[in-house]
Amino acid sequence: MNTLVQRFSTTSAQSEINKAKALAADDQDFDDFAWGSEAGFGTIAKGVPTFSLPAVPDPRAFLRLHTDDHADPNCRIKIQHGTTTLAFRFKGGVIVAVDSRATAGSYIASGTVKKVIEINPYLLGTMAGGAADCQFWETYLGMHCRLHELRNRERISVSAASKYLSNLVYNYKGMGLSMGTMICGWDKTGPSVFYVDSDGTRLKGNLFSVGSGSTHAYGVLDQGYHWDLSDEDAQELGRRSIYAAGHRDAYSGNTCNLYHIKEDGWHFIGNYDISKMHYEGPGNVPGSENVGYGYDVRVVGRSSANPPPSAPTPVVAA
Amino acid sequence: METSFAITGKGYVIVAADTTASRSIIKMKTDEDKVKTLSPHLLMAYSGEPGDTVHFAEYVERNIRLYQIRNLYPLRPSAAAAWIRRALATSLRSRSPYSVNLLVGGYDTASHDPHLYWIDFLGTMTEVPFAAHGYGAYFALSLLDRYHDPEASLEDGLIALKRCIRQVEERLVVTPGKYKVKVVSKDGIQEIDL
Repeated sequence: MNTLVQRFSTTSAQSEINKAKALAADDQDFDDFAWGSEAGFGTIAKGVPTFSLPAVPDPRAFLRLHTDDHADPNCRIKIQHGTTTLAFRFKGGVIVAVDSRATAGSYIASGTVKKVIEINPYLLGTMAGGAADCQFWETYLGMHCRLHELRNRERISVSAASKYLSNLVYNYKGMGLSMGTMICGWDKTGPSVFYVDSDGTRLKGNLFSVGSGSTHAYGVLDQGYHWDLSDEDAQELGRRSIYAAGHRDAYSGNTCNLYHIKEDGWHFIGNYDISKMHYEGPGNVPGSENVGYGYDVRVVGRSSANPPPSAPTPVVAA
Repeated sequence: METSFAITGKGYVIVAADTTASRSIIKMKTDEDKVKTLSPHLLMAYSGEPGDTVHFAEYVERNIRLYQIRNLYPLRPSAAAAWIRRALATSLRSRSPYSVNLLVGGYDTASHDPHLYWIDFLGTMTEVPFAAHGYGAYFALSLLDRYHDPEASLEDGLIALKRCIRQVEERLVVTPGKYKVKVVSKDGIQEIDL
């Protein structure tokens, strides 16, 4: 009798344990059944991916306490925030350009970060916000893109891939994920770019820039952008825009990584030092005049003085 | 969301400021002139804390005029800018400092060249070929790094200014709206309707 009551009462601790056991058993059964099948990879077969959360009553409060919220600069974990990334679509494909600086507060943690994540040969993701979040979830996305290929015998569309990511991060909304990313690629519909962030926003568009330096990049990008750009000019525009942000934004800089996505997948175009671009230009690359991008370099010898033509020139005694 | 721009070119400085006067999220006025004529060859765009701005601008205007009356010649742009900076720096350490950001543009009739000074409410002053205050600066400075030409004609200078304004309109959430544009050159000050 006692055990019967325990079993069906909803409040006792024992019943909680029983329920947990039952759930665990279900899981086990499922694993056995699915092992070796297409669905045998971790928890994927259940449809919604699950992810362990901190074992505390309120995971949001926990994360807020230990990450660099504005309120507490002395927190344990500093998340990388400053960045400039951009991607745009044009007739020749997609250009993806990013800087390579990682900052933790005012400290430059690294100058050689790879902020373009190569999801598969046709898909690129950019990294802004939490480096770990972007890296982990975009790699995870890559896994699912591959599974999609195996199940459906065709490549995943950029639209579907980005939707997968946005649905995924939306499940964690408010729990402290921090990412602003562009998912770029070439599929049946041609080149496409999607902006996805950790709020769950997903936007299709021609041109995006994300990060603390994005306004500076937009300043150059918007002015130089049009659909019919040649491949060389488009690559040059991407480089120049990242240079502009690296120059003006303290949290962006070091080098620029440039990718071009065409029908046959992405191509890494090059890595360019931003200081070198300022003084000497990007080097001997197509689309560039190979002169420094810097304002001082560009206008050297030019002056706004406007002396009248008849002004007597002072004679200096020999 | 106040924004002001200034651009130098061959023998001139363009000074432009948006014309909205706002309080909290409300536009109180949309035709406010925030570019003051300080002397026949000196312009000043001001933005910042409402109240402080106009008060400080008029204080500067009267003092520059006073100098001209006393000495029978006007201050040169560099001297005027230095005086304005000093006034702000003194005010910063007072009980109620002025929170005003300025762009001072002038044409030096003695040396025949234009001068532009970027001054902020802390009393920082720097002479620059182009400048911006407010959210517009985040878009315009990189743009002008790319497109500014110190020897540009007035037409080309105005095209560069329009580029900046268009860029801000395109990307800033709260668009400042209309701009008051004034140019100072050897012929004095003229207002331009964009």
